Amino acid sequence: MTGIEAHLPVLQVVVPLLMAPLVILLQPRGLAWAATTATSLMAFLVAVQLTIVVLGGQELYYELGGWSAPYGIALNVDSFSALLLLILTGASTLALLAGKVSIDTQIEAPRQPLFYSAWLLVLAGLAGILVAADAFNIFVFMEISSLASYVLVAGGPDRRALPAVFKYLVMGTIGATFYLIGVGLVYMMTGTLNLLDMEARIHEVADLKPILVAAGFITVGLALKAAVFPLHMWLPGAYTYAPHAVTVFLAACATKVSLYVLLRFDFVVFQQNLVGHDIQFAAFLMPLAVLAILVGSAVAMFETNLKRLLAYSSVAQIGYILLGTSMVSVLGLTASLLHMFNHALAKGTLFLAVMCLALRVTDLNFSHLAGAARQMPWTFGALMLGGLSLIGIPGTAGFISKWYLISAALDEGLLGIALIAVIVIGSLMAVVYIWRIVETTWFKPAVDGNATLSEAPLPMLLVTWFCALANLWFGLAPSLPLRLSGTAAESLLQHLP
Amino acid sequence: MSAETAILLSLGVPVAGAILIALAGRISPNLREAATLVTAASLIACVWSLLPEIYAGGRPGVQVSEILPGIHIAFQVEPLGMMFAALASGLWLINSIYSIGYMRGNREQNQTRFYVMFAVSLTATIGIAFSANLFTLFLFYEMLTLSTYPLVAHKGDEKTIRSARVYLGILITASIGLFLPAIIWTYSVAGTGDFTPGGILQGHIEGPLVGLLLGLFVFGAAKAAVMPVHRWLPAAMVAPTPVSALLHAVAVVKAGVFTITKVIVYIFGIDFLFAEPSSGWLFYASAFTIIAASAVALRQQNLKRLLAYSTIAQLSYVVMAAAVLKPLAEVGAAIHMLAHAFGKITLFFAAGAIYTASKKTELSQLRGIGRRMPITMTAFTIGALSMIGVPPTAGFVSKWYILAGAFQADNYAALATIILSTALNAAYFLPIIYLAWFEKDNTPAGKEHGEAPFAAVLALVITAALTLGFFVFNAPAVELESQLVKPLMQGQP
Repeated sequence: MTGIEAHLPVLQVVVPLLMAPLVILLQPRGLAWAATTATSLMAFLVAVQLTIVVLGGQELYYELGGWSAPYGIALNVDSFSALLLLILTGASTLALLAGKVSIDTQIEAPRQPLFYSAWLLVLAGLAGILVAADAFNIFVFMEISSLASYVLVAGGPDRRALPAVFKYLVMGTIGATFYLIGVGLVYMMTGTLNLLDMEARIHEVADLKPILVAAGFITVGLALKAAVFPLHMWLPGAYTYAPHAVTVFLAACATKVSLYVLLRFDFVVFQQNLVGHDIQFAAFLMPLAVLAILVGSAVAMFETNLKRLLAYSSVAQIGYILLGTSMVSVLGLTASLLHMFNHALAKGTLFLAVMCLALRVTDLNFSHLAGAARQMPWTFGALMLGGLSLIGIPGTAGFISKWYLISAALDEGLLGIALIAVIVIGSLMAVVYIWRIVETTWFKPAVDGNATLSEAPLPMLLVTWFCALANLWFGLAPSLPLRLSGTAAESLLQHLP
Repeated sequence: MSAETAILLSLGVPVAGAILIALAGRISPNLREAATLVTAASLIACVWSLLPEIYAGGRPGVQVSEILPGIHIAFQVEPLGMMFAALASGLWLINSIYSIGYMRGNREQNQTRFYVMFAVSLTATIGIAFSANLFTLFLFYEMLTLSTYPLVAHKGDEKTIRSARVYLGILITASIGLFLPAIIWTYSVAGTGDFTPGGILQGHIEGPLVGLLLGLFVFGAAKAAVMPVHRWLPAAMVAPTPVSALLHAVAVVKAGVFTITKVIVYIFGIDFLFAEPSSGWLFYASAFTIIAASAVALRQQNLKRLLAYSTIAQLSYVVMAAAVLKPLAEVGAAIHMLAHAFGKITLFFAAGAIYTASKKTELSQLRGIGRRMPITMTAFTIGALSMIGVPPTAGFVSKWYILAGAFQADNYAALATIILSTALNAAYFLPIIYLAWFEKDNTPAGKEHGEAPFAAVLALVITAALTLGFFVFNAPAVELESQLVKPLMQGQP
């Protein structure tokens, strides 16, 4: 590896981070958007390049300024991080490409550069979490991304976003604090912050009690950030009232990045050293996952605001992801990582389509949506495809992860049968809530001015359909995410004794 | 044309047709209808060109892609699928002729969407017929469910949508809740889901689990309408009659029994199932469905709903024949798919023709209608006789084989079921025939009517002729389906 390629992991973070203050200076109309999109696109290309390298069987290890770990700052990109980098940068780029018109209508022009600057900070922060190799830098990047994302969520014209974001802020801060307490405890016992170094040094720790406490703090703190049921209270409000483009961006990746940290920390540092921790891990998270699937889907079935409905569906989908990991098996982890990717595709498509709809209708409550889609057949088509993928209809991406999840559950014996029942019931509930959207927007007689709506602008539709067709593509040719998640699952599990 | 090309073309032609129909629909209805007919005719050419090779014992196949390790999208043509595809494609052409008469006669809305979704449904049907493994079959099975939904909900009013919701709800729930777990289970124990002569599950699963897995398949493939997952079929009757005729008498429902038969023959293997007592319940479940659905049909006052319940009973004939688990009965199951299709599509055509000509839907309105619509009611009579199984109609042939299979297995319960249900069939069809021909006309003044539009009448004459013709010319079909169980037939009387 020579030249620029060796520096790719750091470029992933540094470029958006440096662009963030510069964007503020770009006052002329459209320029800030163009710069942000270009940066995001570049980040995506870097992620693609990183993925290619990782797929070649290499793990990238980068030492900032040549200072070697554990003293310097180290970055680390393996297939797990590559998978999430793809999701993150892809979601950001698609949301920006499609979202120009939507952002223009929701954010007044003078504030736009600030908005885009915050966007880049979120991008840089989340990318930083994914490449960082030590616990403290993860915390720093987490704070950068969180603070910036509060700004993004509150940036829209909807005043109801303010209480929602306040809730998000309070809960997010508690989560981050818990995480920091946990990291502090581990540091106290081991004297290191580098994850791999921690793994090695915990062997020498005689008294494991503080480590156990740390595991508790870290798990709960990150579960809060990842909106694991019942700590999901901040999520529906934040997703519902955020500007539509921001919802596309955050819904596809924000919670998944927190889950990434949770898994990495748990599998690399704790599982190997705490006796019986894998059982504790499974016993703690599996019931939560099951409840998330059932309760999240049930609430979504009765929700009457389109964005809130999809937000509750996200709570349920996080449940699926957790369910796979809580099986602590290669197949289960593969299913779970695969579902991160596939859910991002499906939910991304759905929220993109919602953004198209929101541009034309006055309100996203079902009572105002009746008959709207008939005038917007292309938007509706994409919405349908995203919905089918979310349900897990064969031929779509969602089906592949469900298939793996059920296969993994089959290895669990009697418990597995119960888990399959949960997965199946969850999928059927998804049929119900997706179908409610279809019936309302397509079959109900049009209300208000819904009979005279026009289709969303072409660029938006193109991006939305690109994302919708990706659901089909990765449903029929899933080898890329499959290889990444398979390798990642194996490398996570190899830390187990 | 090589067999591989023919298989892929059979799948591609309806899709291309759908696009063509959508484009032509913007120009003129005549062009659109021409596109439908040309597509249907080309599909017949593609599908039927495979027949000689299948007769010769060939099993052409083509693998499209590998989705996951060991899981492929692949197609392979074997006798059962060949027959199903030939049947569906052949009747599509006739049904298209009928649709033109019906849709125009009733001035239906959104006709372009109707023809487009019809073509898409046919793709799914051919996909099901030709699929080489469970995964591919499931893919097209779901596609068929989704693509027929707009057809069922065609009218778009509140009542229709409610019925369509039942339709979709039951089919999707069963397929995701039962069928999919059964497929994944099969793949995980056997390592494959390929349809293999003799089955793949022997030695991988035993005891009560066999019965359980069979149950997941049978109720998961709810399109076969084995009770209690039959409610969607009467609900689907809100669709325009051509949809009921081709899809809910032939393509969709046959896709269900086709799946079950295929799973029994190629996944379990009939000898394996016969030796496994835990699979015995299927026979009784289907026998119960036959009797119960016939009894419900007795009480129906609406012609289409009566036909729907009759379909439920007839579908379970196929399932029951397959569940007898003897070679001749499997042949009977396959032949009954064909025989029932001819008869039932004729009946639906007749019901639709009556509706188009007179807007009559209830049995009580049919008094003396035979004199106003003699051609239609003659065809209806032939169809009804076929349902009962009276010679010289198609229904007699398949009952013959099913009975022969029942004797092979010394299964007298099957015999009793068939006799009882024949009596019930006669009890609900003969009064209609009597009503139509011998009672006095009660059409109110000012509502006089004659026959339906020419296209509709033409179609039902063709299918009625097929119903009669099949009584004499059934040898090709029987010969084809005997291959299904050929290795098993040798050495047996």
